[in-house]
Amino acid sequence: MCPEQIIELMHEYLDDEITPEQEQVLREHLLSCKECESLFNELKKTVAFVKSISTMQAPDNFTANVLSRLPKEKRRIWMQRWMKNHPLLAAASLFFILMMGSLFSTWNQDKDFSVSKQKNLVVRNNTVIVPKGETVKGDVIVRNGNLDIEGEVQGDVTVINGEKYLASAGHVTGQIDEVNEVFDWIWYHIKKTSQDVVQIFGDQPETK
Amino acid sequence: MDAIVKKRIKQVIKGDQDAFGEIVEIYKNSIYQLCFRMLGNRHEAEDMAQEAFIRAYVNIKSFNQDLKFSTWLFRIATNLCIDRMRKKKPDYYLDAEVAGAEGLTMYSQIPSNTPLPESELESLQLQEAVQKEILKLPDKYRTAIVLKYMEELSLNEISEILDLPLGTVKTRIHRGREALRQQLRYV
Ligand SMILES: [Zn+2]
Repeated sequence: MCPEQIIELMHEYLDDEITPEQEQVLREHLLSCKECESLFNELKKTVAFVKSISTMQAPDNFTANVLSRLPKEKRRIWMQRWMKNHPLLAAASLFFILMMGSLFSTWNQDKDFSVSKQKNLVVRNNTVIVPKGETVKGDVIVRNGNLDIEGEVQGDVTVINGEKYLASAGHVTGQIDEVNEVFDWIWYHIKKTSQDVVQIFGDQPETK
Repeated sequence: MDAIVKKRIKQVIKGDQDAFGEIVEIYKNSIYQLCFRMLGNRHEAEDMAQEAFIRAYVNIKSFNQDLKFSTWLFRIATNLCIDRMRKKKPDYYLDAEVAGAEGLTMYSQIPSNTPLPESELESLQLQEAVQKEILKLPDKYRTAIVLKYMEELSLNEISEILDLPLGTVKTRIHRGREALRQQLRYV
């Protein structure tokens, strides 16, 4: 019976991992042992057979087929272009997708009275007053309260969840918005978001 | 070529599908061959090879760019093929050892220095016979043999692809070789 070690040496030889000393041991044994010599030849023949199998080519259109199965990255690129061209719609979509979930809780939580900070605004029992003869500079935003305009506002006026009174002497140079219903609230955010989006895309020169 | 592949990968991460197409072109033959030798069916091989590339694309951000891309890609393809093979086969075959692969005592009495066949027909028949015998190997030996002799990868690369110690890879190749020897010695 030949030592098991000789067969190990054959495999080391076939793996190109045999040391010169080991190779010497193997060669000497093979010279004196027909059985091992024949086994060794069979192993070498096996390796030659396996290697002789010709290299395969992938089928035609393989790459095109892979690319057609990829997730639609191009749709994302298309989306980006579309968003640049339709910022308002894009903002509306974005807003609905991203905000709808948290919106109603925001709407419910947002019950605290607040008002934009301008020096000459007077606040009395959740009613903000633009006093007669005074000029308020900048946009006035009132949340969960009323606005009584007797003087002049140089800017936009937004009243969220409240009412606005515009006295005959009162004057607003910009737009007046009243947001009372949930959908008004949504629309207000859409317009706000779209203005932001317009600014973002407006700042970036189109590449390529 | 590694430099080109690295550059293409960076482009793919940015969403450039054309760059990915170039990567597919580079590796499609080896990945297809790997799948075919493992599965033995052209249709399935194409399907699995495509799947391997798609998974590579989808997971490209998790690829560590300091490593060799081909190793990662081969690992994806190998795992897919092994999964597929397991689903196809009856369970008893899964852990079956190659008969006689442990003992290595069945010495042949047949003279074995026959030259390799030369005519094309013989060569085709031989290829079919070899492929058939490779497909008979249990998956762990088959995988090692295919990576070593069809893809001509080093033992170290195979050990990385299969995530196995070098010693285990060697043992699998030895046993695979011995099993094939027994099957192919009369060819
Ligand atoms: Zn011997």
